[in-house]
Amino acid sequence: MSTSIIDPKNLVYAKPVLMNETQMHYCPGCSHGVVHKLVAEVIDEMGLKEITIGIAPVGCAVFAYDYLDIDWQEAAHGRAPALATAVKRLNPDKMVFTYQGDGDLAAIGTAETIHAANRGENIAIIFINNGIYGMTGGQMAPTTLMNMKTSTTPNGRDTHENGYPLKITDLLAQLPGVCLATRHSVHTAGAVKKAKRMIAKAFQNSLDGKGTSIVEIVSTCSAGWKMSPAGANDWMVENMFPVYPMGDIKNI
Amino acid sequence: MAKVKGTVVVDVERCKGCDLCVVSCPCDVLELQAREVNEKGYHYVFMKNEDACIGCANCGYVCPDGCLTVYRQKG
Amino acid sequence: MSEEIYLMKGNEAIAHAAIRIGVDGYFGYPITPQSEIIETLMAEAPWTTTGMVVMQAESETASINMVYGGAGCGKMVMTSSSSTGMSLMQEGVSFLAGGNLPCLLINVMRGGPGLGTIQPSQSDYFQTVKGGGHGDYKMITLAPASVQEMADFVDLGFELAFKYSTPATILADGVIGQMMEKVKLPEFRRRRTEKEIREQCPWATLGKPADRKPNVITTLQLDSAVMEKCNLDLQAKYKEIEANEIRYQEIDCEDIDYLIVAFGSAARISQKAIELARAEGIKVGVLRPITLWPFPTKIIKEYASKVKGILTVEMNAGQMVEDVRLSVNGQVPVEHFGRLGGIIPTPNEVVVALKEKMGC
Repeated sequence: MSTSIIDPKNLVYAKPVLMNETQMHYCPGCSHGVVHKLVAEVIDEMGLKEITIGIAPVGCAVFAYDYLDIDWQEAAHGRAPALATAVKRLNPDKMVFTYQGDGDLAAIGTAETIHAANRGENIAIIFINNGIYGMTGGQMAPTTLMNMKTSTTPNGRDTHENGYPLKITDLLAQLPGVCLATRHSVHTAGAVKKAKRMIAKAFQNSLDGKGTSIVEIVSTCSAGWKMSPAGANDWMVENMFPVYPMGDIKNI
Repeated sequence: MAKVKGTVVVDVERCKGCDLCVVSCPCDVLELQAREVNEKGYHYVFMKNEDACIGCANCGYVCPDGCLTVYRQKG
Repeated sequence: MSEEIYLMKGNEAIAHAAIRIGVDGYFGYPITPQSEIIETLMAEAPWTTTGMVVMQAESETASINMVYGGAGCGKMVMTSSSSTGMSLMQEGVSFLAGGNLPCLLINVMRGGPGLGTIQPSQSDYFQTVKGGGHGDYKMITLAPASVQEMADFVDLGFELAFKYSTPATILADGVIGQMMEKVKLPEFRRRRTEKEIREQCPWATLGKPADRKPNVITTLQLDSAVMEKCNLDLQAKYKEIEANEIRYQEIDCEDIDYLIVAFGSAARISQKAIELARAEGIKVGVLRPITLWPFPTKIIKEYASKVKGILTVEMNAGQMVEDVRLSVNGQVPVEHFGRLGGIIPTPNEVVVALKEKMGC
């Protein structure tokens, strides 16, 4: 019965065309994979594959360039918005986006992020916030929740010692150069569809020269959080969403 | 009433057995292999309950590794 | 056609030359004594004429990474700074070298360490020539000694950078940057089209057409065997540069007993010093390395068999002297004379040092 269903005319979902056959190095259940798929789908559906330049970060997504068949530059840690600034200014007709984690964007690269946004660079920033440094082994990020245990806050993040979770997308939304600052997740099919719409909006903003767009994806790091992928999703909803609420902070 | 039929094709070698598709399925169609593993040693997903699939593609959307191809037919 | 001769500062000459030869982008951050470069570019507003992008970045870190982004697109991009700012850029410089990306960097040196002084110095020789950033890399380094060379080396620097797909540096000092001289600027040349860039730089990330694989600019290789291959490829390229691109100037070296080796403004002072010394009967000439890397080792070694001693004159505590000693390999005495802290040595001081250190 089911074999007759398998026909191109019945296809409702498949791996994006721009995502190649290289198996991704991410841990099982990692949100990066879903966001990679969305970026690939949007680029393809908007017909941007020949004019897109992606800037990969340092962190877990350092090898993003191995998985999506577009032109990429791999930045030094935190510097992706500086690279993107130059790429877009020198090639104003291209679609330029960065893909960055919370350590890359909100710690070591804070200056580059804020100043690119403040200049209203016509770039899209895809920002993965999982509240932890994944690649280096689960250390505290600026986005780590209060009392959250990490390998550098083994007794939980203490605000006296470590400050507060940095809501950088809210900060960026204050800047006149920013046209879109929005926060989403990819833990359910519905959430994935919403996140995709906003990534498409961000890419369109880059093309239209409307200013800087930032799409934050509140994500899981099941390995760093030491949970199962499904358990990490539940924990995210319960603990991350109250601090990093979903939806548009700015959308003009 | 015409029933919507769906099916899921699994790229077994891409699957990491993360279970997110299993959790996302509204019809309890999917399950991870209990004993079988792929070349990387993951207990990959399979259709435990083929007839229940409605082709909603929730599994596909949340799959981080692009392992799932979903088909749907009104029949 | 009459030649256009201008009177301007070395820093200004760099800016005008960049616009004229069709540079695509300048990204910089103000710092004394080189801020006239970005000021001149902003005043000239080349984005209204040639289409050149000029940007004041939020830091030297951002500037060098903007250069990385632009260079990755195969564009002719440059930045400029002075010593402390160059220190901040070194991470990016290492990435540019590792990524095999052509670009032009300009360091108008001031004294250090730390904030040091805004007065001229040559104390970034080691940083530039020996690799100020991490990893095994080398930097094509041009040392101008005149405003004319400031203008000319913009073109030469880009030519070498693109020929070998590697960064090049103009290592000037505050004297050369700030002094005014006559200069003939290069002819106007239009910027390359995207089609031309795609042909010249098939690796450039300008968007992936259907008929080629994705272009990726990266310096990351986790497989040690692949990384070693990248390292060996870089070293092979450096050997080629060392074989082909050494440049130097010999001044009054025909009959010499002693040789002064000096670069940049120290070479100009030394040129006056040898006049004074010759008036006293000392047969001395100047060898001025124009490329500090690749270093003119062979010619210095040749002089070692003809002279009684070699003196390096540098506005630092003795940096290039090490490369001269390596070239000479103990054949004759090699001494160093330098002033520090932003003090420019006088020709008389050089003559005194020559007599004392060489015993002539």
